Amino acid sequence: MLKVSRLTKRFGDLSVLEEFDLSVPRKGFTILIGPSGCGKSTLFDVLTGVVPKNDGEISWRGESLPHLGKKSAYMQQNDLLLPWFSLIDNALLPARIAGQEMNTARKKALGIFKRLGLDGFEDYLPAKISGGMRQRCALVRTLMFEHELVLLDEPLSALDAITRRSLQSLLLLLQSEFDKSILMITHDIEEALILADDILVLSRLPMQVLERFALSGPKPRGLSDPQLLEIKEYVLHRLQEELNI
Amino acid sequence: MNRPRLISIAGIFLILAAWELVCKSFEIPDFILPQPSRIMTVAVKQAAVLLPHAGVTALEVVIGILISLMVAIPLAMIMFAHPSVENAIAPFLVASQAIPVFAIAPLLVVWLGYGIASKVLMAAVIIFFPITVSLLEGFKSCDQEYRVLFQLMGAGFWKTMRLLYWLWALPHFFAGLKVGVSVATIGAVIGEWVGAQQGLGYLMIQANARLRVDLVFAAILWLSAMGLSMWVLVGFLEKKVITWK
Repeated sequence: MLKVSRLTKRFGDLSVLEEFDLSVPRKGFTILIGPSGCGKSTLFDVLTGVVPKNDGEISWRGESLPHLGKKSAYMQQNDLLLPWFSLIDNALLPARIAGQEMNTARKKALGIFKRLGLDGFEDYLPAKISGGMRQRCALVRTLMFEHELVLLDEPLSALDAITRRSLQSLLLLLQSEFDKSILMITHDIEEALILADDILVLSRLPMQVLERFALSGPKPRGLSDPQLLEIKEYVLHRLQEELNI
Repeated sequence: MNRPRLISIAGIFLILAAWELVCKSFEIPDFILPQPSRIMTVAVKQAAVLLPHAGVTALEVVIGILISLMVAIPLAMIMFAHPSVENAIAPFLVASQAIPVFAIAPLLVVWLGYGIASKVLMAAVIIFFPITVSLLEGFKSCDQEYRVLFQLMGAGFWKTMRLLYWLWALPHFFAGLKVGVSVATIGAVIGEWVGAQQGLGYLMIQANARLRVDLVFAAILWLSAMGLSMWVLVGFLEKKVITWK
C-alpha cells in the first residue's frame, strides 16, 4: 500500500532520516513510537510534501510519487478547527475546497457526526465545546478527505486520560468501519499496544526502526495481557536506552 | 459603571472645572480662551451653522476611508501573495510616510480644486498606510499549521485567502481601521484649512480670523465627537463581524 524506501532528509548537517524504510499495509494500523525529537514529525512532513525529501522513494499503491500530497489525510495534536466556522462547516472544509457536491457531502458529514457522537453539536462554534469534542470534529474532517491513507501525528496527546480512552476507540473505527489505512505517531506505548497492528520502535537521529512488533487479536486490547505487559516493559527499556546513550 | 471609566469621567470633569475656574478668576476674555461652559453653549446654539459643515467633513472622511479600503485591501493581498511585490513596494510605502501630509495638502488643492476631492484624497492618503500594514501583518500572523492544512486540502491561494487568511487577519484589520478613522479627520481638516468653501476646518479658519475662538473650540468639539462616533461605530462593526471571539 504505502511503501517508503531509502528515504533521506537532512537539514544542513543534521541528518534526520537516512535511508529510512517503512511500509503500511492496506487497512493496517501502524504505529511509530520513539524518543522525542527522533524525527517522527519530519517523516510526516516529508511524506505529505510540506518539506521536500533529499533522496529515496515514496510509493503509493505501487505508484512512485514525490510525496503523498493530496493522497493522504492528516490529523495532529492541535485540532486546527477554524474558530469562525461551526463544527459542520469545519468538517465540510475538505469537500468545499475540493469543490464536491455540497448536499451529498453534508449528508455524509452528518452521518459521521452521529457515528462519532457529535450529533446535536453541528452548529456549535469550536470555542464552545470541549477539547475532546473538538478533536472528534477534527476526526470527522479527516474522514471527509476521502483519502484511504490517514496520517495521525499524536492526535490524542493534548487530551486528558479519560477523553483519550474514548477517542482511542473512535480511532479504531477509522480502520474497522471507514476502511482507512493508518500511520500514527504516538509517544504513549500503552496507546500503541491498545490500537496497533504493527508497532515500530524508532531510534534517535538519524531515525531507524529498532524493533517491530506485530500484534493480533480483537481491539481495543486490554492491557492486562502478560504478553503485552512484557512488550511494554521491553519497549520502555529500549526507549530509555536510546535517550541515555 | 466600572471603576476605570468612572475615574476617566471624573478626570475630564476635573480638568473642565479647573479650566472654567481659571478663566473666571483671571477674567480671560473669550477671544483668548473661552470657558468650557461657553464652548458648550456655542456648540449647541450654533448647531445650525456647525451641522452643514460637519456633514461635509464627515462625507469627506467617509469617502476617504472607502477609497483607502478599496486600494489597501487588494494591495495587502497582492503583497502577501507575492513577497517580491512587497519587497518592491515597501520602501515606497515607508518613504511616503516620511512626507508629512501637511506638505502635500496645498498641492492637492491646486490639482484637485477647492471642492471635496482634495480633502477626500488627504483623508485617504493619511489612513492608507496603517490599514495596509495592519492587514498585511494580519495575513502573515496566520499559523503555519493552518497553512499546511489548507495546502494538504489542495486549496489554492485565493481559496485559502477567502476561508483562512482574510478571517484570520480581521482583528488586525479592525485594529488598523480604528487607528485609521481616528486620524482620517486630520487629513480632511488640513485639506480644508488650505483651501475650501465648506467643512469644519474651513469654519475654524474663518472663525479664527474673526477672533471667534469660542466657535473654533465648538468646531473642535464637533470634530472630536465625530472621530469618537466613528471609532465606536467601527468597534460595533467589529463585534458584529468577529462573532467567534
